[in-house]
Amino acid sequence: MQDFSLAFSAAIALIAGGDPELWHIIGLSLAVTLSATLIATLIGAPLGALLAIARFPGRRVVVVVLNGFMGLPPVVVGLAVYLLLSRSGPLGSLGLLFTAKAMVIAQSILITPIIASLMRQIVSDAWGDYREQLVSLGAGAWQSGLTLLWDTRFSLVTAWLAGFGRAAAEVGAVMIVGGNIAHYTRVMTTAIALETTKGDLPLALGLGFVLIAIIMGVNALAYAIRAYAQRRYR
Amino acid sequence: MSSAAILPFVLDGIGYRVGSTSILEGIDATIAPASRTVILGPNGAGKSVLLRICHGLIAPTAGRIRWASGETRPRAQAMVFQRPVMLRRSVIANIEYALELAGVDAATRRERSRQVLERVDLAGIRDRSARVLSGGEQQRVALARAWALDPVVLFLDEPTASLDPAAARNVEAIVAAIHAAGTKIVMTTHNLALARRFADDVLFLNEGRLVEHAPAIDFFRRPRTELGRAFIEGELS
Repeated sequence: MQDFSLAFSAAIALIAGGDPELWHIIGLSLAVTLSATLIATLIGAPLGALLAIARFPGRRVVVVVLNGFMGLPPVVVGLAVYLLLSRSGPLGSLGLLFTAKAMVIAQSILITPIIASLMRQIVSDAWGDYREQLVSLGAGAWQSGLTLLWDTRFSLVTAWLAGFGRAAAEVGAVMIVGGNIAHYTRVMTTAIALETTKGDLPLALGLGFVLIAIIMGVNALAYAIRAYAQRRYR
Repeated sequence: MSSAAILPFVLDGIGYRVGSTSILEGIDATIAPASRTVILGPNGAGKSVLLRICHGLIAPTAGRIRWASGETRPRAQAMVFQRPVMLRRSVIANIEYALELAGVDAATRRERSRQVLERVDLAGIRDRSARVLSGGEQQRVALARAWALDPVVLFLDEPTASLDPAAARNVEAIVAAIHAAGTKIVMTTHNLALARRFADDVLFLNEGRLVEHAPAIDFFRRPRTELGRAFIEGELS
């Protein structure tokens, strides 16, 4: 219990102290995770819509595999990206290993299936209601997909948040491909892991509180935007 | 509009099965231009499935629809469903969307949408979100959307069944106006009173079979079959 009160004062002290190192870690965490979520949304949302509407052989298999990929272990994704980006790997010449870009790549791979899978479910439900009307009006698969994505745009926030939460919280993938290099690839989760192994539990817990506060804040913001948009544009 | 081009259309031995269950069987009929055709029958007779087959939403498992133009699915047709599907956008955008899919250019889309909304008396709420409208208003938007396409044939699946009497009368009047403007109407209903008021031509379906196809006057005055008589007397439901 004492650890928690210590951690709490550590967290307050961290934020109040305005430690530039801390702000850098928070900034990098947000930049990496938001970039990964953006990329995953741009790929995952259309992919999900396509899987909801298109009928092709093997579609069920793709859906099952995609749903399974929602539970990809971050360390395994990290390892795979590490192998791709390592100097002797196929993409080694890009020199991306142990950079923030590598972390964005790993997190994008991790959460694209989450966003795609949730969007597939959301669009699929809407398709059930819209299908006859859209076919009657002569919409093709492509047109229908765009229309459904637009009409389910408020639910997209839910899928986006699920992806963001997962990316912000994971440590395994960014640790492996980023390397937790101070001032360079250190983010909140890798810093927490490091402080814990160093035995500085108050600092680790303090960072943990800050991380949770950020995730809560982003969720609250997204909720407010969704509620406002739904009132305004439904 | 050249309604002569695609009409009449012929139901040529239409059958529809799901697994071993027969929904429709051996339906032959010629649907003439101009008139208001009503597909009448009790619940579960297969009316909605037949209408969807005519419109090309479902492929029959036996037989085919033959249009006079020889096309498999002419574009000059539209359908209004029992529960209107409103896209998450404004009333006028719902209509413009349909016109865009039909390949109408942007300036004409706006102009035609405004006109058709005036005709269904919704011009005052054209910028409102279509999702917040009442069921009756949504059905009028759906009718306006179909009308804007200027179809040769308009299919309607129980368009007034989910509405209160006032909204139903309103919808009925709009369908009559669409017909008066030159569109062939094919409508399903289980509502005998509506069919009496509205039909020129009746296809009476029961348990997936076409029992009678006759001018409405003849069908309601002297049904040729015992089933037809029983339905008119209200003994089937």
